[in-house]
Amino acid sequence: MRIHCPLCGTRDRREFYYYGSDDYLRRPEPGAAIEAWDDHLHLRDNPAGVTRDIWYHETGCAQWLRVTRNTVTHDVLATELVAMIKDKSKGAAT
Amino acid sequence: MGYSGFKVIAQGLLGNKGWTPAWRDAAPKTEYDAIIIGGGGHGLSTAYYLAKNHGMTNIAVLEKGYLGSGNVGRNTTIVRANYYMPGNSEFYSHSLKLWEKLETELNYNVMHSQRGQLLLAHSDGQRDSFARRGNAILNQGDDAELWTREQVRDFAPYLDFEQTRFPIYGGLMQWRAGTARHDAVAWGYARAADQRGVDLIQNCEVTGIDIEGGRVVGVQTTRGPIRAKKVGMVAAGRSGQVAAMAGMRLPIESHVMQAFVTEGLKPVVDSVISFGMGHFYISQSDKGGLVFGGDLDFYASYAARGNLPMIEHVMEAGMTLMPMIGRAKILRIWGGIMDMTPDGSPIIDKTHIEGLFVDAGWNYGGFKAVPASGWCMAHLMATGETHEVASRFRLDRFRTGHLLDEEGTGSQHNLH
Repeated sequence: MRIHCPLCGTRDRREFYYYGSDDYLRRPEPGAAIEAWDDHLHLRDNPAGVTRDIWYHETGCAQWLRVTRNTVTHDVLATELVAMIKDKSKGAAT
Repeated sequence: MGYSGFKVIAQGLLGNKGWTPAWRDAAPKTEYDAIIIGGGGHGLSTAYYLAKNHGMTNIAVLEKGYLGSGNVGRNTTIVRANYYMPGNSEFYSHSLKLWEKLETELNYNVMHSQRGQLLLAHSDGQRDSFARRGNAILNQGDDAELWTREQVRDFAPYLDFEQTRFPIYGGLMQWRAGTARHDAVAWGYARAADQRGVDLIQNCEVTGIDIEGGRVVGVQTTRGPIRAKKVGMVAAGRSGQVAAMAGMRLPIESHVMQAFVTEGLKPVVDSVISFGMGHFYISQSDKGGLVFGGDLDFYASYAARGNLPMIEHVMEAGMTLMPMIGRAKILRIWGGIMDMTPDGSPIIDKTHIEGLFVDAGWNYGGFKAVPASGWCMAHLMATGETHEVASRFRLDRFRTGHLLDEEGTGSQHNLH
């Protein structure tokens, strides 16, 4: 699998560290209910198909990426810098 | 039809024409007392123990493919009970005891072989932790021996003891651990459940779970609707999709884990050897193939095939541990879809929907758990009460903070 980094170009999967679902971007407010934190940290849609997850370009530019990819075919469909996503509660980049 | 050595010989002399199918090809009825979604090892053992321990025979197992087509036939077949943490320890101990009488109970040869499992230690600290873990295993009533480096060398002289990165300091041996023929476990449970009247329905994919007023009333399938007041979701790597039909999100992310088998070789690896520091474990099948595996591919996947970087990593670990393995040729590689929980421990629990139960989150340790998982899930579905050896496998433990993190690696799906 090769992942396209917006800064470095298309690179081998080994350059990236996988963190998890982009649920990690939707961080609840500090005083949010425990269910919201459970949702954020543990519960997952876990789709067989298109998913969005967070990768770290560890041996490249050291940027966090949101990768849209297919969990069945391993196709990488889109990548974007997490730093450029303004509204992290929404699915799409702005 | 009962199986015996005498029958094998008699049928051999008669041209093997008298064998009958091991189970019926059942068609779905319109209603059952209970339905189990998933015809793998855990689903089939749940059905068997529902029938045997609880007298529930008007039940069905729904399998979207063929019986045992998932992870029960895609693993490295290791059976052991060497866990440390309360919650895991008593559960796997119970499972191993069930394994030890499984063949007699099922009248089926699952080729269970208690050839021992050796965990290798590579530092003073790891050896100390093995002493502690061994004591916990002994306290649980199972067996463990702390071995010196010399004992390990006598047992497995072909390991590389002098490597600079991971020199071998000793090991923890469990003689009652071993391996079993994975497909046979599914087939044995299927046949025994069928003999007790359970309907095993293959090519029957569940497409919806019917819920009315907060309680489950049945399922929609590709072979029509089926009513039932109790439904157990036992879908391993596909648990997320099944739970979504009930509007639930589970604390599970599915990852691929790969395993490998070489060409058949003369006997060389007597037991299971686990090289934890290199994420590598190996045994030798009765056919002679070296069966070994590594770690997760480390990203969510349903591809049932792995990536090349992890294959390279596993081969490097094998070469580090036993350089002679470099002479063997790999025959097959396969990937299983692992239902990973954030703490690496499973779930056997009720859900917030009345009559809907979940048995999932087996990570990459589900094979050895097949008997006890079915035992405890059947107990839960029949009585509504959590079984005492599975009392900590709660669905809500992540929210309440009662994690069972055996490896101590943190609350993230891909870290276990």
